[in-house]
Amino acid sequence: MSVHDMEVAGTRARLTTARSQGLVACHRCGRVHAAGTGRCTRCGGAIESRDAASLQRVWAWLLAGIVVYIPANVYPMLRTATLLDRDESTIVGGVIDLFQHGSYAVAAIVFIASVVIPIGKFLAIAYLALGIRRTVVMNAHQRHRLFEVVEFIGRWSMIDVFVVAILSALVQLGSVAIINPGIAAVSFALSVAFTMLSAQSLDPRLIWDADEEPV
Amino acid sequence: MSDVATGMQDTAEVTAAGRALIACPQCDTLYFEPEIREEQTASCLRCGRVLAAPRTNAYLRTLSLSLTAVILMIGAVFFPFIELEAAGLRNRTSVLDAILAFSSGLMLPLSLAVALLIVLIPLTRLAAIVYTIYPLARRRRPFAHAATAFRLAEGLRPWSMAEIFIFGVSVALVKVAGLASVSFGPAFWAFAGLVVVMVLQDNSMCRYTIWKSLEQERA
Repeated sequence: MSVHDMEVAGTRARLTTARSQGLVACHRCGRVHAAGTGRCTRCGGAIESRDAASLQRVWAWLLAGIVVYIPANVYPMLRTATLLDRDESTIVGGVIDLFQHGSYAVAAIVFIASVVIPIGKFLAIAYLALGIRRTVVMNAHQRHRLFEVVEFIGRWSMIDVFVVAILSALVQLGSVAIINPGIAAVSFALSVAFTMLSAQSLDPRLIWDADEEPV
Repeated sequence: MSDVATGMQDTAEVTAAGRALIACPQCDTLYFEPEIREEQTASCLRCGRVLAAPRTNAYLRTLSLSLTAVILMIGAVFFPFIELEAAGLRNRTSVLDAILAFSSGLMLPLSLAVALLIVLIPLTRLAAIVYTIYPLARRRRPFAHAATAFRLAEGLRPWSMAEIFIFGVSVALVKVAGLASVSFGPAFWAFAGLVVVMVLQDNSMCRYTIWKSLEQERA
């Protein structure tokens, strides 16, 4: 696959942004408009040079995501009733069960998807949001990379919700074994959705703005 | 930076030299619109985001892959995808059953979410993409509101989670393996195929080309 070199609209030495040229770019299709245009003429979506309410929405969704993540860990995710006993397991409890049964790989997948990724995401989004107003350790390139990773990986947390859905549908064997979903499944699904919305609310152009030298 | 600034205010997207501009949607870096050939890829010099990647026969490829995906989806939803047997009891589950498993009480919102994420949103996206691309492939005028449909398809992209569901199935299998003997049904393979087809379909689309031709054909 050959690579086409983009032709920079600024000088060769320094890239220039649409905003510094008094233009507004569409964040969906890339079309450039005169400053003050409110709607993209190519794709018809609303446009703004920088999303002014971006940070507010990021923090609001992030907070909501963290709040519902608490009951997701405290309450049971799965309720199992077999011939001999009943069992309620939380997210972490389920991971421990899998580990004790010797399914290390699957235990690791569930642990990463339901604990490491959500908590990592909370921290990463907070770090990115803070980095827009303040000077932080990572430069714009690294923070943009982090943003891409967060956007890509966040959806995968939903895996545990699907596992619960499949198990509850599958294991309905009368008195032998029955699996039902617990309330934590709902709050966990909400937590994943809220943090996805939080990441989507972050306008990545803000990450690069601080990087730019004053014009 | 003043190379392009002169006299641009009134003509907006066209430079003094008469060349159209495009900005990177992720980092706002300004470029001249690429004169790009098929099978080439243009990415942003600053953040690396792919700006344009036209492919030969892209519209036809996208269309056929979308239709393939719809057919596979129908099979994946209605056929059983897992069979379970324990102590003489047998249970076959289709994706539809997995969705309906939550259809009572507090769990209703969850069952709606699962239905949306693995069936309804992927289907909506496929329909919107076919609606957008079909006239373009035949070199006709786009259907009414094609831009809105394609915006919808792009907006729903992160919420289409069929590929995550497949991994969920594998984890669920390991969890019940000790409890009963399980086997894959035809829908599992349909679903696995669907995931591959949807990745191919996604890669065959060049957003830049589609937006450009929507704009040109409309004018």
